[in-house]
Amino acid sequence: MTKLEKNDRLVRLSLLMIALSAISVLAIITVFIFEQGTPIMFRYGLKSFLLGQDWYPSEKSFGLLPMIVGSIMVTFGALIIGVPLGLASAIFLTEFSHRRLTRILKPIIELLAGIPSVVYGFIGLMFLVPFIRDKFGGPGLSVLAASVILGIMILPTIISIAIDSIRAVPDSYREGSIALGATRWQTVRMVILPAARSGIIAGIILGMGRAIGETMAVIMVAGNAADIPGSLLAPVRTLTSNIALEMAYASGEHREALFATGVILFVIIMILNTIANVTAARQRKK
Amino acid sequence: MANDEYRPPTAEAKASRLKSSASFCRLFSFLVLTLLLALAFFPSCRPGRRGHSLVVAGSTSIQPFADKWAEVFMEKRPGEIVDVQGGGSSAGIQAVGTGAAHIGMSSRELKDDEKELYQIEVAHDGLAIIVHPRNPLDNITIEQVKSIFLGEITTWESLNGQQKAITVVVREEGSGTRGAFQELVMGKSRITKKAIVQDSNGTVREIVSRDPNAIGFISLGLVNESVKALALNGVKPTEEAILKKEYRLVRPFLFLTKEVPTGLAKEFIDFVLSDEIQELILKEGLIPVRRVSRPEGSR
Repeated sequence: MTKLEKNDRLVRLSLLMIALSAISVLAIITVFIFEQGTPIMFRYGLKSFLLGQDWYPSEKSFGLLPMIVGSIMVTFGALIIGVPLGLASAIFLTEFSHRRLTRILKPIIELLAGIPSVVYGFIGLMFLVPFIRDKFGGPGLSVLAASVILGIMILPTIISIAIDSIRAVPDSYREGSIALGATRWQTVRMVILPAARSGIIAGIILGMGRAIGETMAVIMVAGNAADIPGSLLAPVRTLTSNIALEMAYASGEHREALFATGVILFVIIMILNTIANVTAARQRKK
Repeated sequence: MANDEYRPPTAEAKASRLKSSASFCRLFSFLVLTLLLALAFFPSCRPGRRGHSLVVAGSTSIQPFADKWAEVFMEKRPGEIVDVQGGGSSAGIQAVGTGAAHIGMSSRELKDDEKELYQIEVAHDGLAIIVHPRNPLDNITIEQVKSIFLGEITTWESLNGQQKAITVVVREEGSGTRGAFQELVMGKSRITKKAIVQDSNGTVREIVSRDPNAIGFISLGLVNESVKALALNGVKPTEEAILKKEYRLVRPFLFLTKEVPTGLAKEFIDFVLSDEIQELILKEGLIPVRRVSRPEGSR
């Protein structure tokens, strides 16, 4: 073996090690969460965790249903706000706006993703929460506040992926449609959006993953009551908030129950990611 | 001839396949080694093994105060290290028992099975029931507080005449402040699920100071002009009322040791009980255990 070949092997080996160490971190985290979280779920029964409505860990009552419902409600709310806004922005920036305007606006939108979540939470607490309290009633810390903040936070993800997939639609589609006498809006609605559909869906699912995983901003504006919210103005606690809120002082079974919360969150996010990957793969095949 | 040309790549491919599986093995052992190494370092982080340091651990309610006491102590005694850690009262009690900490801190009375530890009261802390400063209510009974936090009374009507829904704000499960409130007010009853939960005294105060319909509880020492502390059964939470035990929402700040304190632990405890620190305790909004005599007319 020559010296060069040896060097090459060495580089390959070290790169492989680095790559695998990143994966091994994921593996370690997975094993750790499941090792810490699953025993208590089986001790008290999976049903009492998934369907129990009372979260009083100091009294050995570990119902996570309010948090599961809370996570779903808040995430869904974020999508209701984020998807139309994001999609509209993406359509405007790709199909209707001046090229120079797009060049200015797109980086600004992407900058949104760089703002730390605690800043979103703080702004929500300072402006949005009092606004909701004064205009709609209730404590202000609510499903609505969390949904709006999360809806804004997922915008950059949805917009940039939607822009990429709309741009990936071949120009011949546009030209063909316009040549047939369709207006630009008809072209967007009937040709471009259907063609870019799976990419857009993948973007939405990624945004959904971001929304369901977000913790800090949600803790600050959601109120964190461990109760299934009766209205959009009621406080809500998500799975992630549950962990972050109580981790500091939790010990013994309380701590294990927080890991169990992590297990449930892990499973939900895995399902979402799988769906995202499948849709993305389907798009690539096309 | 064509066959000869065909052979070398196959051999090479085989070799590279072998190589890559060998490198995988090497890689795996490398990872395992790294992990073992990391684990090997963990024990050295454990408290109590360092030379001249005193580990004080436990209640996170006491921790910020103890941090300050330790700071003053270390200023006076260069070379000594007092390491103040949180973890919560239960963890502190446990840490003293196992020897992981020299002094444990507990902000609750010890349970019967924990009573074999030596307890030194270093201060008292009161809970204040707080409302928005514009709330006309000034006085409340413990029974009313309990009903509100049970979720039985849901509007201010019977309390101050306003037909507004009450926003109940509490601390999270496991926190010492919530523990104290549970014990002193709620007894065995559960705090309502509808209550807003925050993870620090500061955020509870922040929310109550902004929401005219909110009620919450925080450490007495952390009450400021942004909120109003209610009188309880007619007794305002003043220092005097607390010392006379007329104000009922008071809990002890305890230092715990496994044996009769000696050496650095004794010195630190004596220091905390000294006039200087007890005076500091008073200034920080806690209630000192020793009456600090002050010259007439000074505050």
